[in-house]
Amino acid sequence: MSSSLYRTVSGLPRLFRKKPCLSLNQRHIFTGSCIDASDGLHDDQVQIQQMARNFADNEMAPKMKEWDQEEYFPRDVFKKAGELGFGAVYCREKYGGTGLKRLDASVIFEALATGCVSTTAYISIHNMCGWMVDEFGSDSLREKWIPKLASMETCASYCLTEPGAGSDAASLITSAKKDGDHYVLNGEKVFISGAGATDVYIVMCRTGGEGAKGISCFLIEKDTPGLSFGKKEKKVGWNSHPIRAVIFEDCKVPVSNRIGEEGEGFTIAMRGLNGGRINVASCSLGGAHASMEHVRNHFKVRKQFGQTLENFQYLQFMFADMAAALLASRLLVRNAAEALDNTAPNAVPLCSMAKLFATEECFKICNQALQMFGGYGYLKEYPVQQYFRDSRVHCILEGTNEMMRLLVSRDILKER
Amino acid sequence: MASLRVLVGCKRVIDYAVKIRVKPDKSGVVTEGVKHSMNPFDEIAVEEAIRMKEKKLASEVIAFSCGPTASQETLRTAMAMGADRSIHVEVDANQAEIIQPIHIAKLLSKIAQEEKADIVMVGKQAIDDDCNQTAQMTAALLDWPQATFASKLEPAEGGLKVTREIDGGLETIQVKTPTVISSDLRLNEPRYATLPNIMKAKKKPLAKKKPEDYGVEIKAHQEIKKVEDPPTREAGQKLETVEELVTKLKDGGFI
Repeated sequence: MSSSLYRTVSGLPRLFRKKPCLSLNQRHIFTGSCIDASDGLHDDQVQIQQMARNFADNEMAPKMKEWDQEEYFPRDVFKKAGELGFGAVYCREKYGGTGLKRLDASVIFEALATGCVSTTAYISIHNMCGWMVDEFGSDSLREKWIPKLASMETCASYCLTEPGAGSDAASLITSAKKDGDHYVLNGEKVFISGAGATDVYIVMCRTGGEGAKGISCFLIEKDTPGLSFGKKEKKVGWNSHPIRAVIFEDCKVPVSNRIGEEGEGFTIAMRGLNGGRINVASCSLGGAHASMEHVRNHFKVRKQFGQTLENFQYLQFMFADMAAALLASRLLVRNAAEALDNTAPNAVPLCSMAKLFATEECFKICNQALQMFGGYGYLKEYPVQQYFRDSRVHCILEGTNEMMRLLVSRDILKER
Repeated sequence: MASLRVLVGCKRVIDYAVKIRVKPDKSGVVTEGVKHSMNPFDEIAVEEAIRMKEKKLASEVIAFSCGPTASQETLRTAMAMGADRSIHVEVDANQAEIIQPIHIAKLLSKIAQEEKADIVMVGKQAIDDDCNQTAQMTAALLDWPQATFASKLEPAEGGLKVTREIDGGLETIQVKTPTVISSDLRLNEPRYATLPNIMKAKKKPLAKKKPEDYGVEIKAHQEIKKVEDPPTREAGQKLETVEELVTKLKDGGFI
């Protein structure tokens, strides 16, 4: 009786009196362990990873809570990231890109995401846009845009989804009608990351007949007449960049701003998304890894029933399961990134499988980490809930995980 | 003033954020499977040397490290930040255990002469053994002026004007080159190496040497008897009155 009364009465004030550690002052606490993120990487990849992690620790992690709560789009940090080469990681050096591979990019985005999943996710979308220009654009588009995108002085958004075209992206209806040396665009794109805050938009439009073959890709500058934005949406996570609708009303775009040939748009969109899936899965890895670091610190200091949490077998076992899921996810993501680097014929289902598995497992890890923090985990003062909220959307975007399952099953059921 | 050659010492140490663990046999601390990085004070020294090169005060920045093969990672980091080339004096794991500031000072002074360096720059101390001896010993061996605990460097007639952090505040001195400088915490904030520079660092020259190449023998002058954890802090006590506190302090022999 008296002990239960004690718990009830003292529960809340204690929540505020004895705060477990808030910051990751023990950096890289999994170095040398079985979930060391540098395992299996080459020396230069390890150097790149360390630099990215230092950047995340110093420039991002201390601010991620503020960016989330203020819904702040950190252009200052993007500029710093651009100076270090994070703006166009896998674009060719020829036009100003960094010239690294997809695997390197995955390592970078995972490391950066430990400091803020949402901000890193935007940087990865920006990278995907730059790659589309670098891979499919004309030389003049590359020369004009890659240097600015690489430095992140210019920020980009990717516009595929429409109110009536989500998973069935090939059914999009935003139209681009050719009129002399221009195209005239009409239609609406939704769920566009960065919209309103970013400077250029990579837009998929219908230039021909129905289906995937009638789609073309355009680069549109923010101040183009006829381009406007919807209201800023309120989101569960991913709050460090806005999401708005992008609306085209007789928006005139020069023919020279078309990326690739007419009818090539859907291929560009899908090839971009293969990399995008690796990138978003990598962001999930970073969030899950950081959540586990926070949990580990918490386990070492939080005492209940006279012992620190690390001594409770249920928590130990759960933590081991989380570690196994994290490593399995990471290996799957890196394997898919390498498949993409090597243009392996099964790269598409491998990227889909990696995205499906890693985003779901890492979200579960973040959720379990939140649980392990108890009541503190639910407070916005503590970072685990933010990793949890930010990584939830990874199961939905860049192709829902249901579409990922479709792509994987289609591949294994194909007659060969 | 232009075209100074700067030789910078870069020690590979256990990362500052790692929780140090003593080996069970108390012979030292656990280094295996532990994150290592460049000594933060050396990183500041490297940054300052690169800034001097960017301001056209220096013509070349040479990074130096003495240690096992893994020390080459530290040199790659220095080159990714902007050092032009590096010299690795390799020792085996056993020798690495007994290396002391005098050995490094001998190597640095030999290399400084061989490379015709005008400035030898090192961190004021390494965060593992906290010796704070290498700069001073190097200056003595070379018979060069020294400016330790530097928090600001400016070019001056025939040398450098150096602001030093001393117990009572700041002291400004002028040294002629060639000189030895040790960097303090507030000298600068080191940059991040950019991705392209990390890739380029792989192609920069890294000379592999042995202590014998410089006529230096790595011989222990001291023996480490025992390494122990600092005593754990005992739980405190809440006292009701000042009298009680005074009694406790007296009992403990503090007053």
